[in-house]
Amino acid sequence: MSCLILSACATKKVSKSQMEGDVYTGTDTVEYLASGVPDRVFFATNESVLTTASRETLRKQAAWLRKNSTINIVLEGHADERGTREYNLALGERRANAAKDYLMTYGISSSRISVISYGKERPVDSGSNPLSWSKNRRSVTVKAN
Amino acid sequence: MIFRYLLIIIILFPIKAFALIEVDITRGNLSPLPIAVSPLSIDEKSKESFKNILKKKNIGAEISKVVENNLKQSGLFNPLNKDAFLQKPDIAHLKPRFEDWALIKAQALITGKVTNVDGKLRVEFRLWDVLAAKEMIAIAFTTVPDNWRRVGHIITDKVYERLTGEKGYFDTRIIYVAEEGPKVQRVKKLAIMDQDGFNTKYLTLGNELVLTPRFNPTNQMVTYLSYFRNLPRVYLLDIETGKQEVVGDFPGMTFAPRFSPDGKKIIMSFAKDGNSDIYTMDLESRIVQRITNHPSIDTSPSYSPDGKYIAFNSDRSRYQQIYVMKSNGSNVKRISFGKGLYGTPVWSPRGDLIAFTKLHKGKFYIGVMRTDGSGERLLTENFYQEAPSWSPNGRVLIFYRETKTDSKGEGFSAKLWSIDLTGYNERQVTTETDASDPSWSSLLSN
Repeated sequence: MSCLILSACATKKVSKSQMEGDVYTGTDTVEYLASGVPDRVFFATNESVLTTASRETLRKQAAWLRKNSTINIVLEGHADERGTREYNLALGERRANAAKDYLMTYGISSSRISVISYGKERPVDSGSNPLSWSKNRRSVTVKAN
Repeated sequence: MIFRYLLIIIILFPIKAFALIEVDITRGNLSPLPIAVSPLSIDEKSKESFKNILKKKNIGAEISKVVENNLKQSGLFNPLNKDAFLQKPDIAHLKPRFEDWALIKAQALITGKVTNVDGKLRVEFRLWDVLAAKEMIAIAFTTVPDNWRRVGHIITDKVYERLTGEKGYFDTRIIYVAEEGPKVQRVKKLAIMDQDGFNTKYLTLGNELVLTPRFNPTNQMVTYLSYFRNLPRVYLLDIETGKQEVVGDFPGMTFAPRFSPDGKKIIMSFAKDGNSDIYTMDLESRIVQRITNHPSIDTSPSYSPDGKYIAFNSDRSRYQQIYVMKSNGSNVKRISFGKGLYGTPVWSPRGDLIAFTKLHKGKFYIGVMRTDGSGERLLTENFYQEAPSWSPNGRVLIFYRETKTDSKGEGFSAKLWSIDLTGYNERQVTTETDASDPSWSSLLSN
């Protein structure tokens, strides 16, 4: 019994430390475009506003893209499974464009960026719980060449 | 193509009998009408010939099984156990002994006869009012043998119409997205099947992601979203020829397509720079018209059956809600004001109701409201379900439902379900694979 309680506590602690509000702040699913340059940013439910952490990530991406001026990118926008399919397609597109706009203000030409939304079609985490959903609400920067 | 070969010959007009039997479909039917479906009789010679062609031992019995299953699934009828039938099928078809049928509590009786006429399948059937001891319908069909299931569906439609006073929905098909593979890497194909789950055909191979297929009211064409070459665009597919083409030349994602009620236009969303608005394209002139122009997400448009109005969902009030506007985009009015988020409005073919998906406190609902937003009624609650599509008579909704995964992320499934407008008769619709995004065709024959 005590074992059960302990493990329950441990799980809770982990998920708490990986989310702020309902925005994912962990690194489980994150890949790196280059050393120290995370490839993705996360969003709150139904939101496309960039958090402070997201803006920091995108500034790192912008700096890296300025140094590697031959690289083009695709921004892939995603939503969690808790919304209607069509609305989520639009939401994913809106999220990817929020990231695109930010990169552009840091000097990345729009001609180097394309955007695609997958809505809820390509989750990275198959769980049906708030932590899994938070990992799936994301915009991922992928090298196009 | 096959459907054009179906000839319907009415040999006898229904006698205007004083109908004692009546099925009320406006309320949840808690005591379905007891009906006896006598196996269609067949002579030995015809039986042998169809056995060779169709690989069915007794095609007469098979057709009556289709009818029986349809009637049962409707929730309005209770097909009686054949073991209790006293009269032989061939004799019952000529002259039923009504006392025998009344004895087993049948109120209605279906009889029929199958023959092979020059290689064609000829089916005649009769519907009898057991208590009034009268014939209600007598019809004969001649068609290619391969069409035998459709004959069963058409018989059901005739019986349903005669007994409920409304058109049926059995000679119809469902187009949907067949799903396979792990949740994080689903493979999706367009699939089409008869309304009762038979005759499934796959229309795409699964090489690219496909979503949200919808029928044209004339049934030959389907519009859907495809990620072909990683460019999400609205496509048009001719089911009979298999020919596909992209709709319009938009510099970005187009999605959420539907046909106008006359089948001449496609209405859809176009996403550009993070903003989705609603557009139409005339399929003949290819003229594109912008319908909404708002910085919010406007999507999931659906025309009223007279083509004068469009329902859609928008987050212009910050959260996803349902709006109605004139078909030129003017007079936008929000109609959903209940607690929660509202999406996927779909106008009933009768024009009086809008079906929708609602999310409230972590649960998803399928519901209906009047077109001004009043009279909201939630039909079913679940962990996840959305995308209702109406049966052509506006009495049944089909939608898809997804299951919650366990702590390891296992146990995901997506299935089609149907429910009556009354909120009763909720049923899973059988599909060969997992399935989502169903769209119900109109009646194939009228």
